[in-house]
Amino acid sequence: MAVAVETQKTAALTGNEAAAQAMRQINPDVVAAYPITPQTEIVQLFSTFVSDGLVKTEFVAVESEHSAMSATVGAAAAGARAMTATSSQGLALMWEMLYIAAGMRVPVVMPMVNRALSSPINIHCDHSDSMGARDSGWLQIYSENAQEMYDNLIQAVRIAEHPDVLLPVMVTMDGFIISHGMENVELLPDRAVQDFVGEYHFPYPLLDVEHPKTLGPLALQDFYFEFKRQQAEAVHRAKNVILAVAEEYARISGRRYGFFEAYQMDDAEYAVVVLGSTAGTAKYVIDQLRQAGEKCGLVKIRVFRPFPGPELSELLSGLKALGILDRADTFSTQGGPLYLEVKAALYHALKRPKCINYIYGLGGRDIDPELIRQALMEIKDLGSEQADGVGPIVRYLGVRE
Amino acid sequence: MTLSSQTKNLLKVHQQVNVNIEPNAGWRDLPIGGVIPQAGTATQFATGDWRTIRPVWSKEKCINCHRCWLYCPDMSWISENGQIQGVDLTYCKGCGICANVCPAKVHAIEMHPEDNFKDDEVVKEG
Repeated sequence: MAVAVETQKTAALTGNEAAAQAMRQINPDVVAAYPITPQTEIVQLFSTFVSDGLVKTEFVAVESEHSAMSATVGAAAAGARAMTATSSQGLALMWEMLYIAAGMRVPVVMPMVNRALSSPINIHCDHSDSMGARDSGWLQIYSENAQEMYDNLIQAVRIAEHPDVLLPVMVTMDGFIISHGMENVELLPDRAVQDFVGEYHFPYPLLDVEHPKTLGPLALQDFYFEFKRQQAEAVHRAKNVILAVAEEYARISGRRYGFFEAYQMDDAEYAVVVLGSTAGTAKYVIDQLRQAGEKCGLVKIRVFRPFPGPELSELLSGLKALGILDRADTFSTQGGPLYLEVKAALYHALKRPKCINYIYGLGGRDIDPELIRQALMEIKDLGSEQADGVGPIVRYLGVRE
Repeated sequence: MTLSSQTKNLLKVHQQVNVNIEPNAGWRDLPIGGVIPQAGTATQFATGDWRTIRPVWSKEKCINCHRCWLYCPDMSWISENGQIQGVDLTYCKGCGICANVCPAKVHAIEMHPEDNFKDDEVVKEG
């Protein structure tokens, strides 16, 4: 099974192309999908792989995302390795079926290209789409760049299908910024990916006609709660599986993943927490500030569901101040979804940093190094001895006043 | 990677063809995601108590055309040796399809409000 790292091939790919290549190498039994910007290209490319005979996939062109997820769930329940892909309004239209996929415990894997939700209509990146699905029971893995999208998608298959988990997984990347931006991506040999994902055996396939069964039945006051308790347990167990799969993936790829990436955190006194492509820009700023002697760092969350609360708390509790960057708002007056999770994770820590939230980049608004530098300086001031209180806990970064 | 003991237990439950799920079973002992790993379990779910109207059958008028028997969405109409014997109310939800398909000239089935039967012997509904 071990594949030498040097047999990997470097290719210039967009994030969408990298996701489509991962899907080609995974070679799922069924893909049912509907086009939506900026995801369209993934499925468009994949459909050419189908018509060119490069995959054995049954490709189902459906009439909406509600149908796309319904068909994918149906295929998965039948016993197929099933995938789809979507963005924004498409994910919103899947809403009902997302919960059904998770509740039925079908291990569907879905690339999800982050895009703002209407209204106003906007096709560019923010995280309001996937954050809206954060409590749907799906596991969520965020990618900084095309390479991570590719790597995360392949690992997601193993995570979803592990018998301790059996949960759907969405793997996200930032719309346009990553989905349409071209960069070098290291591709594993087809054979290595096929060996890694392995043969798929759903434990209770409907197509096993020798053992007829019912999936997704009625469960009322007497049983529903127990099934939800099982589901919660599966999300807990996913943590070990995610790390074990990452370890195995590192052996074939040389690329190592965890729940999050800690960048310059060893002696950091203040830091930012981010999701997705913004991590790249923030690392650039942190490198510059480090050269000027600043003790700043960055934490990039890779796994948002399950949320690595205790692990993050351990990493962050010693800081003086912390800024959490959210590319989505909860419209609750309490700040963005990442802020709320990180802050909750820190609640039981003996030592807690001062903690503020930056909402930025909505609808694809550019986040440039200067804005991140400005945020980091504010966070630094917050952590200084002289700081009086925290000021506004929710701040809007890059909006015109 | 090793499986947790709970997963092993759940998978074991699944591999059994006949699973007898105890009403008080805890979440660890139930099939994953509510899967019912065997067929024909609808027989254990007496749905007759949904009924607000019930079919009343006249043996005298019945011509044994068997439309009621054929169209009943459940299996409430009982036929023996080519003769309709009557209706088993255990699963009858009172949809009235049988009365509707009974030929108009025959009119052997009429739907009556359940209220009319409230003093009758309670129909055994499992």
